[in-house]
Amino acid sequence: MSNRQTLQITQMSAHPGPIPGTGVQRDLEVCKLVDTTTCIGCKACEVACVEWNDMPFAPTMFENTYQTMPETRWNFWNLIKFNEHQKEDGTLMWLMRKDQCMHCADPGCLRACPADGAIVQYANGIVDFQQENCIGCEFCVSGCPYNIPKFNPATKKVYKCTLCSDRVSSGLEPACIKACPTGCLKFGTKDDMLQHAESRATQLREHFGFEKAGVYNPASIGGTHVIYVLHDATNPELYGNLPRNPQIPWAFTVWKWLAKPVLGTLSLLGLVGVLFHYVTVGPRRAQPEPRRASEPPAPPQTRVHKEGQ
Amino acid sequence: MSTAVERFDDKARGAFDRIGDSQVYQGELLRHRVYTRFLHWMVAVFFFLALFSGFGIYLPWLFRWFMPIFGGGPLARAMHPWFGIGFSVFFGLQALNWLVPMTWTAADSRWMRNLKQIVSGQEKLEPPDTHFFNAGQKIQFWEIIIGTIVFLITGITLWFGARTFGRLTVAVSYVLHDISALIMLFGIFIHIYQSTIGQPGTFESMTRGAVSEKWAWTFHPAWYQQVTGRDAREAVEQARKSGAPEPKPPMI
Repeated sequence: MSNRQTLQITQMSAHPGPIPGTGVQRDLEVCKLVDTTTCIGCKACEVACVEWNDMPFAPTMFENTYQTMPETRWNFWNLIKFNEHQKEDGTLMWLMRKDQCMHCADPGCLRACPADGAIVQYANGIVDFQQENCIGCEFCVSGCPYNIPKFNPATKKVYKCTLCSDRVSSGLEPACIKACPTGCLKFGTKDDMLQHAESRATQLREHFGFEKAGVYNPASIGGTHVIYVLHDATNPELYGNLPRNPQIPWAFTVWKWLAKPVLGTLSLLGLVGVLFHYVTVGPRRAQPEPRRASEPPAPPQTRVHKEGQ
Repeated sequence: MSTAVERFDDKARGAFDRIGDSQVYQGELLRHRVYTRFLHWMVAVFFFLALFSGFGIYLPWLFRWFMPIFGGGPLARAMHPWFGIGFSVFFGLQALNWLVPMTWTAADSRWMRNLKQIVSGQEKLEPPDTHFFNAGQKIQFWEIIIGTIVFLITGITLWFGARTFGRLTVAVSYVLHDISALIMLFGIFIHIYQSTIGQPGTFESMTRGAVSEKWAWTFHPAWYQQVTGRDAREAVEQARKSGAPEPKPPMI
C-alpha cells in the first residue's frame, strides 16, 4: 500500500476535471482487524500462514484444548488461543483469539534490538525482522509485551509474523485474511479498521447484550496495527493473557538513552584522564631518578658546586 | 600451609615453571612468578576478546566495525559469553592467588588520604608502609571481583534470555552488565597507563616478572623491606648520596 503513493499522478496534461486516484489513499497505515466475536476457531488462518510463508511443519501439542500448541513458534506465527470462560450466570463462553505479532506503533522489540537493521518499521506500520542482520541475541524477546519473537536454535535467528509484508507490498491482503471464512478478519487502513471496529463494538453493546464490548488498541505502546474487537474489553486477560496495559521495560530507556551514551563517555574520560596526567604531571619514576644522556644538567642550586659547571 | 588452594597452586606453579623461566639479575627482584603472569595474560586476552565482541552489541552505530573481527555479528554474539566465561575462570584463579596480598589494611586507608599528593606528583615516593600492592591496586582488584560477579549473574541472565528469566530481569540485566563493563573499561585505561608509560619499569614485572631494586623501594617500600631486609627509605637516601646512576637504555 505504501508504494502506491509514490506512483500517484500529480499533474496530467490537457486533462479536464480532477486527476484520477487523488485522495483515494487517505491513510498510509495498514491494520488487521480481528473480530473475536465472529471467530469460529477453524484455524484456516493458521494453515494459510504456514502455507504462504512456506514454513516447515511444527508438531502440534494436545493439552486438553483445541489449541494447536501452547504458544507461537519460530515457524508458527499465527495461533488461535482457545479459552473457556465461565460467565457470572454460570454459563460457558468460548473465547477465541488469533494470536500473532501486534505490529505496535512503538515496538518494544525494535527498542531493545542492538543489531543494525535487524528490525525495521515501515511507514505503513508493519514491524519486520530482517534475519540477515539479526545477531540472535534475543533481546527483542524481552522487549516484546506479547511474547511474539521466537528464536530458532538451528539458524540462531529470531522470527515472527511479518503481517505478510511481501503480499501487502504487492497490494494483496495478508494470507490469514484471505483464508478467513467468516469475515472475522479484515484488512485495510488503520482509520477504516478502527471505525469498523468501533461500529461493531457499538452493535455488540446495543443489540447483543455485551455491555463491556470494545476495541483493543492499547495506547501505552502508541496503538497497534492489529486490533481486536472483544466481548469484554475491560478484561483482555481472559483472551489468553492479552495484556491490558502492555509496557516496554523502563530499563531499555535507561539503557539506551542514559547508560550507553553517558557511561560510555565517562569511561572514555579514563583515557582522556591518563593522557592528561601524562602530559601535565608526567610519569612516576623510580627514585632517585636516573639521569639521561640527553637531559640538561641538574638544576644549578643543588649541583653547581659539586659538578663544577 | 597446605590448604587445597595452595596445594593446587604449588602444582600449577611447578607446571608453569617448567614452561616459563624467570631470570632475575643482580639489582632486580622477582615480583610476579610465572603462574601469576600466565593468569594475568589469560585474563587480559579474555578481557579484550569479551570487551571487543561486546562493543558491537553495546553500541553498534559506533562500534560495528568490531564485529567482522569476530566473524560477524552472530558469531560475536555467540562467542561473547564464552569469552566472559574464560575471563571469569582465569580471574577467579588470580583472585585466589592474590587474596592475601590484596587484603585491605590500615596502611591503605592512610594511602587513600594521601591520594591527591601521589596523583599530582608532589609525593614522588610511596608511603613507607606500602606493601606488595598499594590501595589503588587493591581498589581495582576488588572492583573487578564485584564487577565479575555482576557480569556472571547478569550475563547468564542475558545468555538464557527472557524465555528463562522473564522480561524485566533481562531488561535490568542489560543495564547492570553495561555499567559493570564501562566501570572496568574506565579502570583498564588507568591500569594500562600505570603499568606502562605512567610508571616506567612496571611492565617488566608482568613480562619477565622482575623489577629493579629502585622500582621496588620507590613504589612498594614495605615489600622491599620484607624481601631484602633493608630499610627502603635509607636505601633511597644512600642511593641519592652516592649520586644518581648513569643512564641506562630506557626500559619502556
